[in-house]
Amino acid sequence: MSNAMTLPQQPAKEQAAPKQRGYWGSVGYRLRYDPVTVFFGCVVLAIILAAVFAPLLAPFDPYKESIIGRLKPMGWKGHLLGTDELGRDLLSRLLYGGQVSLLMGVVPVAIATVVGGSLGIIGGFGGRRVNTAIMRTMDVFYAFPSVLLAVAISGAMGGGAANGMIALSMVFTPAMCRVAETATAQVKNLDFVEAARATGAGTLTILRYHILGNVLGPVFIYASSLVSVGILLASGLSFLGLGVKPPTADWGLMLSTLRQSIYINPAICALPGVAILVASVSFNLLSDGIRSAMDVRL
Amino acid sequence: MEEPADRGGPAQPLLIAKDLRKHFKVKGGAPGATVRAVDGVSFTIHKGETLGIVGESGCGKSTLARLLLHLIEPDSGELVFDGDPVGEMRGISVNALRRQVQMVFQDSASSLNPRMPVRDSIAFGPHVHGKTKAESSRIARDVLVKVGLKPDLFGPRYPHELSGGQKQRVNIARALAIEPRMVILDEAVSALDKSVEAQVLNLLRALKENFNLTYLFISHDLSVVRYISDRVLVMYLGAVVELGPVQEIFSRPKHPYTVALLASRPSMDPANRIEEPPLTGDPPSPIDPPSGCRFRTRCQFAETVCAEVQPVLGQWNDRESHIAACHMRDPASGHSRAMEVN
Repeated sequence: MSNAMTLPQQPAKEQAAPKQRGYWGSVGYRLRYDPVTVFFGCVVLAIILAAVFAPLLAPFDPYKESIIGRLKPMGWKGHLLGTDELGRDLLSRLLYGGQVSLLMGVVPVAIATVVGGSLGIIGGFGGRRVNTAIMRTMDVFYAFPSVLLAVAISGAMGGGAANGMIALSMVFTPAMCRVAETATAQVKNLDFVEAARATGAGTLTILRYHILGNVLGPVFIYASSLVSVGILLASGLSFLGLGVKPPTADWGLMLSTLRQSIYINPAICALPGVAILVASVSFNLLSDGIRSAMDVRL
Repeated sequence: MEEPADRGGPAQPLLIAKDLRKHFKVKGGAPGATVRAVDGVSFTIHKGETLGIVGESGCGKSTLARLLLHLIEPDSGELVFDGDPVGEMRGISVNALRRQVQMVFQDSASSLNPRMPVRDSIAFGPHVHGKTKAESSRIARDVLVKVGLKPDLFGPRYPHELSGGQKQRVNIARALAIEPRMVILDEAVSALDKSVEAQVLNLLRALKENFNLTYLFISHDLSVVRYISDRVLVMYLGAVVELGPVQEIFSRPKHPYTVALLASRPSMDPANRIEEPPLTGDPPSPIDPPSGCRFRTRCQFAETVCAEVQPVLGQWNDRESHIAACHMRDPASGHSRAMEVN
């Protein structure tokens, strides 16, 4: 999408660009001229900042209940986005909820990138036996639908944010591993690796100088696209009561508890869903933009 | 990094390959089925010469090149580099060999790391061999100049910003960066435009003069081999069929395969078009090569003796340096044309 919008003007830009620009420099250069990605990058930044600075931004205590102020419409007595079923300020809860949701979206992806990425590179570069041992183990996890696996793992370990993150990490690791393994196996057979071997370089040196740089690109791109899935899955787990426990503010959990009040004040009840939607779409489009910016014709 | 020295003296061949063999297992094939990619190849390369290796696709040229650098482990056979057996206790290690023999690959694009500026790709070799970062990049600058590329202009570029000819120059620079004594050029100019090919060939010639290099030049292009080689080795189905000085091979080819190969070159004269291809069909499968002479299935002179006895490489007539593997050279073989040819 972002690709199609910027494609016609790219050749001219490329020529105008001075040649001596590092790889990441050229990625940054292309990103800047991609309005969609820039916009959604700003949205992501805003979401992250809002979550981080929630204690400063929140107009009310997100846990202060009020019997008389339940499910009030937007703007009621200074509650910009109204109140929830227990009379708590929704805007404050959304801000605080972002903390948990983002954390549960990002941390498992980070863990999976490190664990799955390393396993994938080892599997891709190692011999047939190592590869089989790693990849078949991953396939066992892969065999389950990701949502089902996440639900099963966090169900077995019990709820809570930490267990939810562990569950999501285990869901993402096999996919990450596969991406890294494929990228490694592709690069491994290219002539420049053979040329490096012919130079007399050892395996570790080749891995460090020639494999890693070529594998990190696809791995990073995939990781960025997983963040939005992570946010969705984390919200799903909370919605099902397998994530964080009430009264912690979390978008999924808020959606779940407000669901019962949908006939009373639908606008308010939909807000946590809107937050999830905006966050996951923004992360997704940002990752899409990064992907096309990094997709240099090699 | 110790400088490579001429250890054996000028008379010692730089590289001796003895009976190199590499059979690949066939995946999913019959148990025990192997592709005989290189099946008992022996030759020597003298110091300062260019040995051309020609043959059809799939005849084992590239496998042979990789065996010489131990990029593929040979099943059997022996390598002697300047008098030192490679990979043996009393000889030199594979790493020491790789320090002195470098390789340039056919695909100029995939033989450069796409995420590395080319000066880093070139500096990688010296760095691996213990030079500091600064020394390595100085070497990279120097060799870029040697291959005719401005270091300031081309050094920081990425491979995708270079043309095919420039990339191949970078690959040559990369190979030269660790100051090898021998360079294996595996179809190094085959993928280039004709005009660029000529430039690179001339560059290779000049570099050879300047740095006392020895080349093993692998190509399927006979005119290129004729231009650059001192001696030519003709391979067919993993084995050597003919070996001799370049003018001998081109003016008086002995083996029927070499004859056919030379006849299949397109003529520059439109009145002299090739109507019938001298060689028809594909080479037989190297999984199950023909008995006796490997070429007999496509040879117009094939007789019963060719199916029964495998011909050995030997001198055809008075010229010692020119050898071929064909029954027709040996009157004792029982081939009906053996006498006639001599």
